[in-house]
Amino acid sequence: MEVWALQLFNGLSLSSILLLIALGLALSFGLMNVINLAHGEFIMIGAYTTYALQQAALSFTGDAQSGITFLIAIPASFVVAGAAGYVVENALIRFLYRRPLDTLLATWGVGLFLQQLARTIFGAPNVQVVAPPWLGTALTVTSDLVLPVKRVFILGLVTACIGGLYFYMYRSSEGRRMRGVMQNREMASSLGVSTRRVDSFTFALGSGLAGVAGCALTLIGPIGPSLGTFYVVDAFIVVILGGLGQVPGTILAALIIGMLNTMLEFGTTAVVGKVLVFAMVILFLQWRPAGLMRAKGR
Amino acid sequence: MTTMSSIITVVRNASAPVRMNDRIGSWIAPAIMLVVLLAAPAVLSDFRIALLGKFLTFAMLALSLNLIWGYAGMLSLGHGVFFGLGGYAMAMYLKLESAGGKLPDFMFWSGLTELPFFWAPFKYAWFAIPMTFIVPAVLAGALGYLVFRSRITGVYFALITQALALIVSILFIGQQAYTGGTNGITNYTTIFGYPLNAPSMQLILYYASVTALTAAYLLCWWLISSRLGRLLVAMRDDENRVRFSGYDPAVLKTLVFSLSAGIAGVAGALFTPQVGIISPTMMGIVPSIEIAIWVAVGGRGVLLGAILGAVVVNGAKSGLSESFPAMWQYFLGLLFIGAVLLFPSGIMGLLRGEGWRKPWWLSREQVRGAISRRLPGAQR
Repeated sequence: MEVWALQLFNGLSLSSILLLIALGLALSFGLMNVINLAHGEFIMIGAYTTYALQQAALSFTGDAQSGITFLIAIPASFVVAGAAGYVVENALIRFLYRRPLDTLLATWGVGLFLQQLARTIFGAPNVQVVAPPWLGTALTVTSDLVLPVKRVFILGLVTACIGGLYFYMYRSSEGRRMRGVMQNREMASSLGVSTRRVDSFTFALGSGLAGVAGCALTLIGPIGPSLGTFYVVDAFIVVILGGLGQVPGTILAALIIGMLNTMLEFGTTAVVGKVLVFAMVILFLQWRPAGLMRAKGR
Repeated sequence: MTTMSSIITVVRNASAPVRMNDRIGSWIAPAIMLVVLLAAPAVLSDFRIALLGKFLTFAMLALSLNLIWGYAGMLSLGHGVFFGLGGYAMAMYLKLESAGGKLPDFMFWSGLTELPFFWAPFKYAWFAIPMTFIVPAVLAGALGYLVFRSRITGVYFALITQALALIVSILFIGQQAYTGGTNGITNYTTIFGYPLNAPSMQLILYYASVTALTAAYLLCWWLISSRLGRLLVAMRDDENRVRFSGYDPAVLKTLVFSLSAGIAGVAGALFTPQVGIISPTMMGIVPSIEIAIWVAVGGRGVLLGAILGAVVVNGAKSGLSESFPAMWQYFLGLLFIGAVLLFPSGIMGLLRGEGWRKPWWLSREQVRGAISRRLPGAQR
């Protein structure tokens, strides 16, 4: 029983990180029909922001483990990755809105460039961020079920992000404009919504969320210049399964993929688990080609 | 009759990718290139010829991607997989022949005591060589049919093939005992009973690559000038219209995707003996997407462009990456961006005098206006 509860928890933990990454992709895909292959590099930017902050704290105060630094790092990763996304959108992506396949290639180029930049600045070897001591403990639920606090913290962080996103999308005028553009770009535009501004902001928001995911990943393991590539393909699968830019679909798909991955890896091996998940997604698309949730008519 | 006329309309509306003087494009330029390639061994050193031979297998790979991306609008980000599968099929034969009836070394190290059943038939060249085409073609056919049947196109297709590249490469890394793991399959000494390293054998392999590339070129050329080729371009530009004209795009697309994968596999089979190794690093996400940049740099939608692009980019890579590896990464990143924004019709476009697109910071409106004009494979 405890074994299964632990697997369930691990699956939930993986799902939550996937979700944070996939949401940004789903939003920009739903809004602009653009897939950003450099999304993984925004994760990497978030992770290195956390690392850089910690190094700075270390050199000023000599205390690397300060929990405060990590708490500051979360919004900082959001802002830095978001700003990077804003720049990329304005300098490159807005010229390619009608050419999704070309966007794939151009953003891949951005990704290569950013990875090499990280290698130049921080060096090619992986670096380790020291987690604050209060995150290093474990939460004992029963004698057999011990949950690492780090993972519980990540779960909480993701929940907070989703809450914030929900609030932004459904309770703010900025979010209302965004939903308006998603549903009908021309109509929103003719009613005076600046679609240009909505596009840039949404892209920046998605990039910022990826940055937060990068910050969370520093708790799990060492980080390197190609950190993002590892997670981002799974996030693409989540977006495909979830359906065209649907936030609820994306959440459901992230849960399913995260759970399936964890369960199948537990039953077989990591590699076989991944192959099975891929096969299942392809077969599922036979049944519902548009993904879990269909976009309502526009 | 109605079907015929609507197809003709479709075909007319489809922006035909080859607009330049057809004769120069499809006969004279390739013929000059062929003569240069045939004469190259007389001028270049053995080392350069070995390098060029490798580039020619890449050119064939780029040609196969151009067929489906440039003409049919399907960007596969998993073509490295098909190249790799062909390469592995060939490597299995070479390894078994070099082992001389004994168990290949890496299997011994991994604790296997006898040859796995699916390895056994690969000791015969007559089995292994067709397999270099058949295995990738069948995989692509199966995946393609499922994907195209659900009408998954464009970006979705690209992402699914990218996931395929990830999965197959980790699968090959994970199955150490059967595939050699990260190291791949290497250390073969003979081919068809002759020593592999002899300069004469390298020369034979070079000519084999030239022959295979020529054959693949002719096959693609024949295909795109046939009715099927017209349909491909029509599907790229308006798939529904083709569907309503009574054709089944899923079947047509599967067919071409499968053929393209087969050509990529044969390219891989020629790569392995010339380079002496095949490993999962050839089939992951990164090498697979690099193929697209060869095609984009050369000029998508022009058969010759892919060949030119593969040779030029790889030539630059081997020149630049050996001396400045970091610079190469930056350069490659910028190349991806530049190839899309500044010169979307590639070298062939420049040669044809289409010029390069004025940088976007100079004329914003022009860029926006030009977006939907030409650009094979850019839409959807």
